[in-house]
Amino acid sequence: MRLEPVRNASLARRLGLPLLALAFTVVVASVLARLAGADPFATLGLILKGAAGSKFALLETLNRATPLIFTGLAVAVAFRAKLWNIGAEAQLYAGALLTVLVGTQLGLPGPVAIPAMALAAILAGALVLLGPAVLKLRLGVDEVVTTLLLNFIMLLLISMLLEGPLKDPMGMGWPKSPPIPRDARLPRLIEGLRLHWGFGLALIAAVSVWLIQIRTTLGYEIRAVGLNPQAARFAGIPVNRVIVKTALLSGGLAALAGFSEVAGLKGNLTLDLSPGFGYTGIVVAMLALLHPLGVVASAIFVAGVFVGANSMSRAADVPTYIADISVAVALLSMVLAILLTKFRVVRG
Amino acid sequence: MEILDILLSASFWAAVLRIASPLIFATMGELICERAGVLNLGIEGIMVAGAFAGWMAVYAGLGLWPGLLVALLTGMAFGALHGLLTVPFGLSQHVVGLGITLLATSSAYYAYRLSLPEVTSPPRIEPFQPVHIPGLSDLPFFGEALFSQTALTYLAFACVIAVALILYRTPLGLALRAAGENPSAVEAQGLSVTAIRIGAVMAGSGLMAVGGAFLTMSAFSSFFFEMVNGRGWICIALVVFGAWRPGKALIGALLFAGFDALQIRLQQTPLGADIPYQVFLMVPYVLSILALVLMSRRAEVPAALMTPYNRGDR
Repeated sequence: MRLEPVRNASLARRLGLPLLALAFTVVVASVLARLAGADPFATLGLILKGAAGSKFALLETLNRATPLIFTGLAVAVAFRAKLWNIGAEAQLYAGALLTVLVGTQLGLPGPVAIPAMALAAILAGALVLLGPAVLKLRLGVDEVVTTLLLNFIMLLLISMLLEGPLKDPMGMGWPKSPPIPRDARLPRLIEGLRLHWGFGLALIAAVSVWLIQIRTTLGYEIRAVGLNPQAARFAGIPVNRVIVKTALLSGGLAALAGFSEVAGLKGNLTLDLSPGFGYTGIVVAMLALLHPLGVVASAIFVAGVFVGANSMSRAADVPTYIADISVAVALLSMVLAILLTKFRVVRG
Repeated sequence: MEILDILLSASFWAAVLRIASPLIFATMGELICERAGVLNLGIEGIMVAGAFAGWMAVYAGLGLWPGLLVALLTGMAFGALHGLLTVPFGLSQHVVGLGITLLATSSAYYAYRLSLPEVTSPPRIEPFQPVHIPGLSDLPFFGEALFSQTALTYLAFACVIAVALILYRTPLGLALRAAGENPSAVEAQGLSVTAIRIGAVMAGSGLMAVGGAFLTMSAFSSFFFEMVNGRGWICIALVVFGAWRPGKALIGALLFAGFDALQIRLQQTPLGADIPYQVFLMVPYVLSILALVLMSRRAEVPAALMTPYNRGDR
């Protein structure tokens, strides 16, 4: 078999195939529920209800989507320039660490503390990705492996700090940092609703990234470098500088996930601050086809699957890992479906 | 002084071989994939799936060797999916690989929860036992240091020899290497790049799963969440460090295991007591990055690595 480009793909092809991918994911999830001895329809219903069935559920989903929007944007920005940043997890924790350091150590008043924490976080995340980017550009070291390995190094560093100098003396021996003061926390987005300003910030970030991509020279250069670095260089685009800028932007965005989780939700730093938001950001970005506004939608979708599955597993005896499998199946079938909207398979 | 004492103990060298074994299997698996032109980032998840499948099969009543076969087949199944998506469809090897890692890991965890819903600590199986080799195992020092391993460790070393022989001494190996260097030349010979690459990814993924199974069936006797803990990613670094050659990759795995065994022992010395244990745990990951930096200029990357081949294109 080989692939042949499809010219002027029909609307049915462009919409039908992605829908087919989603339908396939639902079928897989049903089979998994059946394997666990549960009724597939009831299980899917419970997931849906847990994700969006009430005001509480919906807000929970949006809260969970917040860090995923940031990490999803981080990945989308980087992947567009073919900078394979698999280290959003490390950048997130670097951001969370600096948020806690600035929030607890400097004694700044609230209105100053919040922007100071955010800036410090962005800087930390940007620096964490700058290392692998420079190694890639200067020495040709593959950034996939370096960014992946940095995730493990960063978690151990945080663990070391939480059991050492950053340990909360009032923490009953748990490895957690002291909390940042009340007035340095992100306020609620809408008074009375359990949704913090991190979500608003995430939306602003998504729109900003989108504007950068369509309205600025940098956005154009990032796209050119991602499509064809040789051609971009030939066209006079400073490829290396563009990749460094992309790395700083991507790392900074991922770090904001850590900032918003600490300052908006948790208040302190623990080792389970992120249940893999950095890795899930890759799925979020790919499902959104690397489009910054799509990232918002796909982050809410993915967050809904996880929040819904969590609530479902309390009611039915289906392990929560059904969410992880479904997300993986959605990712793989979606990339295939998108490919098949542009190419058709021919024999021979 | 303490380091010298450690290096002169037979148990240290036995630990090096033990720690290296899963890395050797998985590194050879990744190497086969990459020599054929496919980066397999599914490695981490495939190791988890292999660790689970082999262990579960034995727990369910199968023998150790049939259990290992189950692990191998599990790995090959995920390899087939990876190969199908990345070779004929030419999808991004990064995305598919990470997707396979997520799929394989969560499938293993889901299956674990389904088969053992009530347990708080995983049950144990009777793992592979050290093989007593008459003569060799009784040697002073060397007997314990080199010849007190389970059959799987010897199999790991045999695997390196087999991979090297196949790659450099057989027509199959030549075709596989050519698929990773110059796929059109392979097609010109009337061979199918698609078939060779899918086959390589399946075989390589099988080896990765066996590497994972070493953890549950030889090194430990239970399956734990997060037990693979980045070993797959380290193997990808080892392939680069080994310049895509089986022998050099083996040396890399042994060096790496040596540092790992050393840091575990240093933690227990008076010197180690003053240093946070996390510093020691960071060593393997830092070393992997250092290895990549050191080898960066010298490595001969397969020319067609990560380049999909579509017969229609010229």
